[in-house]
Amino acid sequence: MARRTAIVGVGQTYHKARRPDVNIGELCAEAAKACLEDADLMIRDVDAFVLGNMELFEGRYCQDMWQADFVGAFGKPGIRVTTGGTTGATLACVAFEYVASGVYDTVMALGFEKQSEGDTRAGLKTVSDPLWIRWLTTGAIGYFSRQARYYMRETGAPEHMGSLVRMRLAEHAKRNPHAHLRLEIKNIEEAMKAPYLIPPLRQTDMCPTSEGACAIVVTCEERVPKMARRPVWVKDWVTVHKEAMYIRGGKHSVEDLTMAASRLFRRNGITKPREQISVAEIYAPSTWAELEWLEAYGFCEKGQAWRLEEKGHFYWNREFPVNPSGGVVCTNPIGATGLIRVAECALQLRGDAGEHQIWREPTLGFATAWGGSGWTVAVLLSAQKE
Amino acid sequence: MIEGLVETVQGRLYVPYRNWLGKTASLFFRELRDRGRLMATRCRKCERVYMPPRSICPECFMEMDQWVELPATGTLLTYTVVHYSYSDYHQPRKAPYALGIVRLDGADTGLCHLLGEVDFGKLRVGMRVEAVLKEERKGNILDIAYFRPLREGSESTNSSDSLSPEPRAGDSRRG
Ligand SMILES: [Zn+2]
Repeated sequence: MARRTAIVGVGQTYHKARRPDVNIGELCAEAAKACLEDADLMIRDVDAFVLGNMELFEGRYCQDMWQADFVGAFGKPGIRVTTGGTTGATLACVAFEYVASGVYDTVMALGFEKQSEGDTRAGLKTVSDPLWIRWLTTGAIGYFSRQARYYMRETGAPEHMGSLVRMRLAEHAKRNPHAHLRLEIKNIEEAMKAPYLIPPLRQTDMCPTSEGACAIVVTCEERVPKMARRPVWVKDWVTVHKEAMYIRGGKHSVEDLTMAASRLFRRNGITKPREQISVAEIYAPSTWAELEWLEAYGFCEKGQAWRLEEKGHFYWNREFPVNPSGGVVCTNPIGATGLIRVAECALQLRGDAGEHQIWREPTLGFATAWGGSGWTVAVLLSAQKE
Repeated sequence: MIEGLVETVQGRLYVPYRNWLGKTASLFFRELRDRGRLMATRCRKCERVYMPPRSICPECFMEMDQWVELPATGTLLTYTVVHYSYSDYHQPRKAPYALGIVRLDGADTGLCHLLGEVDFGKLRVGMRVEAVLKEERKGNILDIAYFRPLREGSESTNSSDSLSPEPRAGDSRRG
């Protein structure tokens, strides 16, 4: 029987395009310190560490060795996790598993990215199979352009929907002091002036390259009462992997997302996700992906997400708050991005999110990460110990 | 403020790599190079035909040792047109160019490649295409130069597959 597990501290850096004032270790130390402060813990209270970031991006081998040296992990047990876009959420899952299984009592998960130090595009290119498709692959934009077109065609969503999503996320990011891109967008006409990357995808539809780090501290039930902060309970988590090469005929598919959420919801008695879950922090690298994936996760019927978006349904102070932090489209230090989803969800459930705190009494939070060729991690957090 | 005070160190990594094809892909590329044939593998259990070929069926986790030769004709499942050149290294050629995923007749899966000899405005999902092979072939995926639209009346007798863009077997049993 797994032990009850709680998140008792979160910390993140201020995310920016470049952080020339710190090296990688120093950047990670900022998140670790903020996290310990939030949990009211000393570094000696942490038994083990889970560290991670993207492979290849900063051009350094054995990155965790340098992280460990700066975040207080020296001499302690731990592991490095690097699962592409899902890295941050997998870090959290490994920490949950360490604690739930009883291997360690208190674990810190910490992810970072410092994208200005390397070649993100070259790193991403190596994801593809060298025999068949590496010669023609270039990165994420093509995929998300195709995804946007598909969503428009399948649901009849008009082209301005991407910009409408961005306006919501920009409003959320303005309220989140940690967010990277803090755009002032006055109206939809102004939003629609953003240049195309690949139509219908505009520059404002796609996530930025950010630098930053995020950390959480996870502990077991027995250790919780000694700690100052209100704990956020880890209810469940799930990971789904998907084929690498579109071998089933090149069709656009979101079955990995659906599989992850439906497993999680079924196991936890969630039949009306939009009512039972108070807040979603979903890892969507583009505005259009956010709409489609809300449907894929089962929060809306097919074709319903953009109609609810038009009504403003997903704002932080409205019916179903989605990405009140501003989401991945505003902030994307990749190795930390999935962990930020979990951390932001925890802040919401604690009631500590500040100006982007959701309006309703939070009960359950849903956080995801996505990466590679469709890997999905989904985490369910609870404000109550059940 | 602080940016003026900090420095960077510049560097460039040289990371050569050489990936072994393995027996299965070796057979495919040898047949393509030496005889201009397109060989696929078939799963004995679910009967799916894989192009590109692979040794293990991801659905059944079965080893595949059956080979089938496919015709050069197929159906365009999806495509995109790239209008923007930004990198000689990352892009296969100067823009504009078109990429597509083609399901060869008899296959259940798609092969990603360039589309050539085509008016981009006339590209359609479901259109019939054929592989154009290079004269001098080296044993890699670019031995196929590109896929071009199949000309009217040139449907060969061995491309017996339907014109439907839907895969024959397989997909229907998913979901
Ligand atoms: Zn099979």
